[in-house]
Amino acid sequence: MDLLSLTWDYLTTADSWTAPGGILERLVEQLLLTVTALVVACALALPAALWLGHLGRGGFLAINVSNVGRAVPTFALLALLVTAPWPGVSSFGPYGRAGLATLIALVLFALPPLITNAYTAVREVPADVREAADGMGMSGWQRFRRVELPLALPLVLSGVRLALVQIWATATIAALVAGPGMGRIVVDGFARDLYSQGVGAALVVALAALVLEVTAALVQRWADPVPREARTGG
Amino acid sequence: MHAVTLLGAAPVLPAAADGPACYSATVNEWWCAQYVVDRRDEIWEATSQHLAITLAALLLGLVLAFPLSLLARRFPRSEALVLGGSTAVYTIPSLALLPLLVPFTGLSAATVVVGLGLYALTVLVRAMLDGFRSVPADAVEAARGLGYGPTRLLMTVELPLAVPVVMAGLRVAAVSTVALTTIGTLVAHGGLGNLIAHGVQRDFRAELVTAAVLCVLLALLLDVVVVLAQRLLTPWTRTRTA
Repeated sequence: MDLLSLTWDYLTTADSWTAPGGILERLVEQLLLTVTALVVACALALPAALWLGHLGRGGFLAINVSNVGRAVPTFALLALLVTAPWPGVSSFGPYGRAGLATLIALVLFALPPLITNAYTAVREVPADVREAADGMGMSGWQRFRRVELPLALPLVLSGVRLALVQIWATATIAALVAGPGMGRIVVDGFARDLYSQGVGAALVVALAALVLEVTAALVQRWADPVPREARTGG
Repeated sequence: MHAVTLLGAAPVLPAAADGPACYSATVNEWWCAQYVVDRRDEIWEATSQHLAITLAALLLGLVLAFPLSLLARRFPRSEALVLGGSTAVYTIPSLALLPLLVPFTGLSAATVVVGLGLYALTVLVRAMLDGFRSVPADAVEAARGLGYGPTRLLMTVELPLAVPVVMAGLRVAAVSTVALTTIGTLVAHGGLGNLIAHGVQRDFRAELVTAAVLCVLLALLLDVVVVLAQRLLTPWTRTRTA
């Protein structure tokens, strides 16, 4: 395959990594976008969803938000945000062109998995454990803080993992509407018939996604209060 | 015949007389019925391409997921491999997966169909494995006792009983495939995504909003179709409640 060898050439040329607007610069930009969006989305979604789970209210909303989120094309929402008078395509600090519009879209699409998983995680704490905590004389806050939260942590983290995958994918798509990040290089490559550049950058995006996912999986395993071996053994 | 031609031409005339329509170089409204009327051919073409790509991808996902789930069920060791592989595919952003297929399938609709088929596959393999697990063991035992062979058992007992869980997965796959088809615009086969991309490039708001709304409607429509199909395929689930 000719295109494959051209792609290899593109990826092994130092210039395609270090030039202004090259892979390294865009990769850092996209990582910055992803981390910011994940932190903001967690700060918005987790406290409310966890507490609703503790109270046992708002389950309908928490479950359905995922279904709605899935039906809205990320591309269409990004396009609307960029075309609207605000936040538009203007440059946003280190996040680059259309950075603010992209950040808003990324946060919105990260909310459904975070809300659904956090809510379900607290709800699924076994009833007898809950009752035992009440029987020990714990207050509602103590039960939430010392019993429900630690037991819910693995499922909450798997929601964070899903959100991370979603954010990374959406951040790549942002380039289709003049946004920042690695997708910029892919889209430019396709727009200017530099297919080797498009395919090469896509490969970097895919590998970065896998690295992020594996890292998140390791963090999740490390944070599990009941290790897998103990659970299957008992 | 005469009345029909008049009706077809009617909406254009008053707009031309009253000044610019709600879309033009100076007027750029978010919603414009005039646009839908004027460009109905283009919109219809994009919508039918969107639907064709979505359906082809779902079909491909189903056709591939079935043998894979049977394989994973037959050989427990391969289950981790199948599930791990599908998770890896799911992790790759759509805008990266499509370019990675271009060296093999070129700038064609096939690239989009194969890419989205792989995403649908990841959802459907899981759904099928869960579906087979949801089949009551006594139903399988009863069929074996009646002398059913493995193939007949699969086709007439296990598969029908797995349908509700598989269909739940198909709903998820269908809705997300409709949304993802828009990304196909990267290789110029994105159905309504082509209109969205064009709308962004030309700052054409009516085109952008119409395509986005049609996209969501298409997802809802397909969801309803899958639910209806499930009802038809599993009549026994209704008699229980009725």
